[in-house]
This record gives sequence, C-alpha cells and structure tokens, in this order.
Amino acid sequence: MVNRAINFRRSGLFDWIIQRFSAVVLAAYTIFILGNFLLYADMDFHVWKSIFDSIFTRVFSIITLIALCAHAWIGMWTVTTDYITSLQFGKNATVLRFVCQFFVFLIITAYLIWGVQIFWGS
Amino acid sequence: MLVSIYRYNPETDDKPVMQDIDIEVPSGKDLMVLDVLALAKEKDPTVAYRRSCREGVCGSDGMNINGSNGLACITPLSDVVIPGQKLILRPLPGLPVIRDLVVDMSIFYKQFEKVKPYLLNDDPAPGIERLQTPEDRAKLDGLYECILCACCNTSCPSFWWNPDKFIGPAGLLQAYRFLADSRDTASTERLEGLKDPFSVFRCRGIMNCVAVCPKGLNPTRAIGHIRSMLISQGT
Repeated sequence: MVNRAINFRRSGLFDWIIQRFSAVVLAAYTIFILGNFLLYADMDFHVWKSIFDSIFTRVFSIITLIALCAHAWIGMWTVTTDYITSLQFGKNATVLRFVCQFFVFLIITAYLIWGVQIFWGS
Repeated sequence: MLVSIYRYNPETDDKPVMQDIDIEVPSGKDLMVLDVLALAKEKDPTVAYRRSCREGVCGSDGMNINGSNGLACITPLSDVVIPGQKLILRPLPGLPVIRDLVVDMSIFYKQFEKVKPYLLNDDPAPGIERLQTPEDRAKLDGLYECILCACCNTSCPSFWWNPDKFIGPAGLLQAYRFLADSRDTASTERLEGLKDPFSVFRCRGIMNCVAVCPKGLNPTRAIGHIRSMLISQGT
C-alpha cells in the first residue's frame, strides 16, 4: 500500500494522456530515424552529421528527448508506487520509494541536460 | 481423487499448509467444485469455506481453483481438473485470510463504497418512478449483473499492489454502471473522484478480471468507457 505518494498533485488523467502522447512522439521519431537509414543506403558519418545539422532534426530530437524523459518519469513513478509499498517493505516503504524516485529524477534530469547538449552542441 | 486445500488459522498457525484430502467422486457425474468441498468437509469437518445459494448468484464461494479464481458452485470439476490430477483450492489471492478459504473482504467493500454505488439525483422525485427509455436501460446491461464475488479484484495485480487506492474492476464496473445511467445526475462529481493516479488509472488492461468473471462481465471495457468520459470532461 502506498500511504504517501509523491505525485506533485498530478492527476492520473494528465499522466495517462502524457504517456500516450509521448509514446506517439517516440514512435514517430523511431520511424523517422529508421526511415533515414532506409533513405540513405550508403549511410556514413558525414550523412549522419548532415541529418543532425538540420534544424528540423534537432527540434524533433529535443521534443523526443523531452517526451522520453516525461514518459520515463511517469513510468518509473508508477512502477515504484506499484512495487515499493508497505505491503512489500513495511513502514520503510515511503522512504525507500522516495530515495528510488529521487535517483530516477536525478538520472532523467542528467540525461535531459546531456541530451540537449548533444543535440544542440556544436 | 485428491483435493488439496489451503489450511490456515491465523490465531493458532504460524503459516499456512496445504492439506490433501482423498475423496470418492461418484462415477459418471460431473460434480461442481463446491460439491467436492462438501465431500472433503465430510472427511474433515474443520475445513472452513463460505457458501450460500450454490447457484452462482450470491457470490459467497469465490476461491482460487487450480490457479484461477472462480465460484466453486458453478465451476464443474471437468473444467478445472485433468483426470488423475489434484484439485487445488486456495483462498482468493491478495486478501487477508480469516480461516482456510474464508477471506476478509473489508477492503474490497471499502473500494466498492467509494464509487457511491447508488443513484444520485437531486431533481424532485416524480410521482411514481424515474423513467428511462428502453435504449437508456439497455446501456446498463453487462454492468448491473455483478454479484460482488471479488474474483476479479483478487485476480488483478494492480489491486494486489494498491488495494487501498485502486478501486479495482468490480468497483469500477459499478462506477460506470451509474455513470451510464440516464437517471443519475452526478456524473461530474463521480468523475472528479476518479481522476487521481490510482483509482482508475492503475488499470493496466491485463484483463484477468474479464478472464475470471463468473458472470461473463467485462470490467476492462467499462474502465475504458470511464477513461473516455474523463478525457471528454477534462478537455
């Protein structure tokens, strides 16, 4: 049982919509990347770089990165509130869950900053 | 035939044990699991289980029969046991055991209560009754027939994990039964109470509830309808 859930007063409906919307963005990006491989049969570093030099790819990549981070946070928040509950971990569950969620948050934030640097770097 | 029954008395036993009871099944007859339990109880009168109507209406004898939840009174042996193998009976999973196959259903009822499973209508009551068109009445088919046996909730992993927060298939089926009722005027308030991250949205569409429902109902579809209503209301 989850006694105190850190959910930043979100609504389940909002989470659910974000999960579905971000999944569509991720699927579209996957198709976009695979499409590039199909389009450029002789893909090498220069072609790859030119794809990522375009503003469209950069913006699409950043949007996808944000979608991925949102998807991961909602997903991991859900997993931790499913599995790290007082039924399994007794009264330490809240602290343990908070620690796990904190690390997930840190990792996601780090990936987000790192990703923006990669896509928007020189 | 061997019947393996979960035995546990929390007041005296350290842990549950499975007790094998050998019973004589009359040849040429396909008994119901509840009949087999009655034969087992003749051998060992201390076996505890709930039963009442013995025809799938009261929902008292929900239990885990060879790994799948069902009503003992309407589950034929031939459906669940391969000839020569044991019949394994356990209590409904995820609820505290009171004794043997008898579980404490308090949390299940608490979740049911949360959805206000009764008509809410502030309009002045008409002289005789609130009328409904046959079309509106037909919308309630497949929703009102639930007998609250708890087979669905106790086969749902989301309910095992968060039984105090996720309403569960039985409660949500009833929630939709009143959301879909043309005579109910509290849809907005009902939906408001369901949009948190746990009450409805813990449903993962696993559909164990649909697979085990002894009345052939489809809570997953009802939950889908609730989600659609929440989206319509939220946008």
